[in-house]
Amino acid sequence: MNTTKQADAADVRQYLTFRLAQEEYGVSILRVQEIKGYSAVTPIPNAPPHVRGVMNLRGAVMPVLDLRLRFGLPQAETTKFTVIVVVNVANKIVGLVVDAVNDVLDCDAHSIEPCPSLGAGVDTSFLTGMAKQGERLVALLDLERVFGVEPALAA
Amino acid sequence: MQIDLTPFRRAFLDESAEHVAALEEGLLRLESQPEDSELLSSIFRAAHSVKGGAGSFGFEDVARFTHSVENLLDRMRNGLVRVERSLVDLLLRANDVLKCLLEAARAKEYGQPAAAACDTRAIVAELQQRLGAPDGHAASAAPAAAGATASPKSTSLWRIEFAPHADFFRTGSDPLLLLRELAGLGRVASIEADLHAVPSWDAFEPEDCYLAWRIELESSATLAELNDVFLFSSDDARVQIQPGEAARADAPDTAVSTASVDAAPAVAHGAAQTPSGTQRRSGAESASIRVSVEKVDQLINVIGELVIAQSMVADVVNNFSPERVGQLREAVLAVERNTRDLQERVMAVRMVPIGSIFSRFPRIVRDLAAQLGKEVRLELEGEETELDKGVVEKISDPLTHLIRNSLDHGVEPPDERERCGKPREGVVRLRALTEGGSVFVEIADDGAGLNTERIRAKALEKGLMRPDDNWSQEQIHQLIFQPAFSTAAKVSDVSGRGVGMDVVKKNVESLGGAVAIHSTRGQGARFRIKLPLTLAILDGLSLSVGGQIFILPLVSIVESFRPRATALKTLLSGGEVALVRGQALPLLRAHRLLGIENAQTDPTKALLAIVESDGRRVALLVDELCGQSQVVIKNLDANFRRVEGVMGATIMGDGRVALILDVPGLIRLSEGTSSTLALA
Repeated sequence: MNTTKQADAADVRQYLTFRLAQEEYGVSILRVQEIKGYSAVTPIPNAPPHVRGVMNLRGAVMPVLDLRLRFGLPQAETTKFTVIVVVNVANKIVGLVVDAVNDVLDCDAHSIEPCPSLGAGVDTSFLTGMAKQGERLVALLDLERVFGVEPALAA
Repeated sequence: MQIDLTPFRRAFLDESAEHVAALEEGLLRLESQPEDSELLSSIFRAAHSVKGGAGSFGFEDVARFTHSVENLLDRMRNGLVRVERSLVDLLLRANDVLKCLLEAARAKEYGQPAAAACDTRAIVAELQQRLGAPDGHAASAAPAAAGATASPKSTSLWRIEFAPHADFFRTGSDPLLLLRELAGLGRVASIEADLHAVPSWDAFEPEDCYLAWRIELESSATLAELNDVFLFSSDDARVQIQPGEAARADAPDTAVSTASVDAAPAVAHGAAQTPSGTQRRSGAESASIRVSVEKVDQLINVIGELVIAQSMVADVVNNFSPERVGQLREAVLAVERNTRDLQERVMAVRMVPIGSIFSRFPRIVRDLAAQLGKEVRLELEGEETELDKGVVEKISDPLTHLIRNSLDHGVEPPDERERCGKPREGVVRLRALTEGGSVFVEIADDGAGLNTERIRAKALEKGLMRPDDNWSQEQIHQLIFQPAFSTAAKVSDVSGRGVGMDVVKKNVESLGGAVAIHSTRGQGARFRIKLPLTLAILDGLSLSVGGQIFILPLVSIVESFRPRATALKTLLSGGEVALVRGQALPLLRAHRLLGIENAQTDPTKALLAIVESDGRRVALLVDELCGQSQVVIKNLDANFRRVEGVMGATIMGDGRVALILDVPGLIRLSEGTSSTLALA
């Protein structure tokens, strides 16, 4: 995974994009540690549904969250495209289950637009904005917000 | 050929440190058990080992000094010098000098500047004085010096009783060889076999030894030489060697000597109690670490697997074809898994029992109690609790301080205790335990407890709190950890200057721990140090519930069985109980507490594990038990958060994560008093 800033040019940011249901989302590539194929997780008792459980990441016990359930989307079958995106949030390592990883998106700061209201389907408070490239629209996630609602993770 | 003795010398220095520790521990025990000849022998052995090694490796001053200590010990062993407190005092001081000498030798060995010079002369003079006579045996270096007093040239009559234990043959020993060896030492005047123990034919075990012998031997050999014959079978036989009538006149101070024969197990015991050399003071601290054979065996196993996995990779790569990608991936995964395993096992090597520092406290308490004119008994518990070596080393100073504090401020003088209706002797308990994902070390005394009013007054005076502050007792007690906060009326040598408690707190917090105080006025105080368990190892029992594997700490399990329907009752309130030997225990369904589907819900088809926590027993319903294993505890809150009922997680052999159940947490869950689960 290439996490170096390739372009020092003013305000070009890179986002790893992935798919959840029909939507495309992006997280800042600097937050992404690695991408893993989906493997079995150990469920955690009495945890909310979007916490799939914990898995072993080279000796560390990492929680795995299902972003679909986090965003109130219906749970999907695990396919061969299902991957776990390992990200750093508040000095913790968290795995996110997503439907599929697409690519790395370069975009200028001015092509990012503030988030329009998307209605009841998706809670927009998780988003920093929308990146627009031609017809393509990528919702950019604010990871702190995504987990900020989780009391312990925010600590 | 020139042999480099350096590694042997260094090993000797390490071993000596352990011997010195064993000596100290033995001497402290001796005070309360002066009649224990076995103990005395083990002390003697420790001193003798130091002397022998020191002589061989050219530490002349150590050898010479230990020799005078050994002489006195030998006299004590033979009942010529009575064990009394002042004598133990002297020997303890002598042990300190020995420690100092060894420290100096170690500094020299490693080319470090020598510490302060050790004054041996005064102690040696005192030791000589105790011997009552100029050192007559100085020249003799035999282990049982006193036994050697019979003139070596003249033959004397020895009575030897030799009774091998029943399993004598199983250790590969043969009494015949020993008897032949004895015969080689002189003339056998008479030999008589004792056939009493031989059973009837139907009870006869062909592999058991039923015989014993009484031998009269005319020999010029010394007692030590005779003892040497039985040296290697001392654990498996009862041996008694007595000089016959003729010899007794010549050697009036030769008493019955079963001692050196019995000593071997006792020494082993002493060493087991101080399993690592961490008692050396800082500077030399991290020189070596003692690791249990079991851990090393596990390491070897993992290495073996790693070698196999590596050869699998090599095989696939050498005969590579595109179809074998899957195999390659598998092989690489195996390597990865084994490497991780190896990493964990290596970390486990760093885990040492906390007992290695506990063992220094009896001495501290003894000396301090004497200095303060108090009567204090120290009770140790949980010495086997394992902690990372680094943590163990760093926790030593805070513990020392808390113990000194308990003795100085906690336990009252004997007269005052009597007035309060307490026994004259105060008790300080030092306890280590693993609970709920942490290691706790407790220092509890049955003394006066903290004086909340005085602390409050002092805090007001210092402006640490305002008069209208409505603080809980615990909050007020925590004030004693403030720098320069002391309520002691007078400053003593021991404590009262207000330095120390803040250091205790700082040190514990630097280890990621916390200190809590529970104090009841007049009944005593308890300091509870909580230490994180990031690396701790746990003996666990793996069990399954609904196909999921969990680990239950082995210490909390009492028993497990499949219940009969008649042993199960449902109460009117809906609660369930299981009758276990006439006792009704609450039945906790693990699948319900943990929210697991597909589990076996019929108790008569599942298993009940009787678990215990804080003296409470409950029956935990699980599907089945899978086996016992040692697991490395990983914190869940490192990347997630604490989960009620779970003390942590571990990574199993197949790379999957298994959760470690926390019995107190499960009980709380079942009572619905859980505080977590406030989730988005």
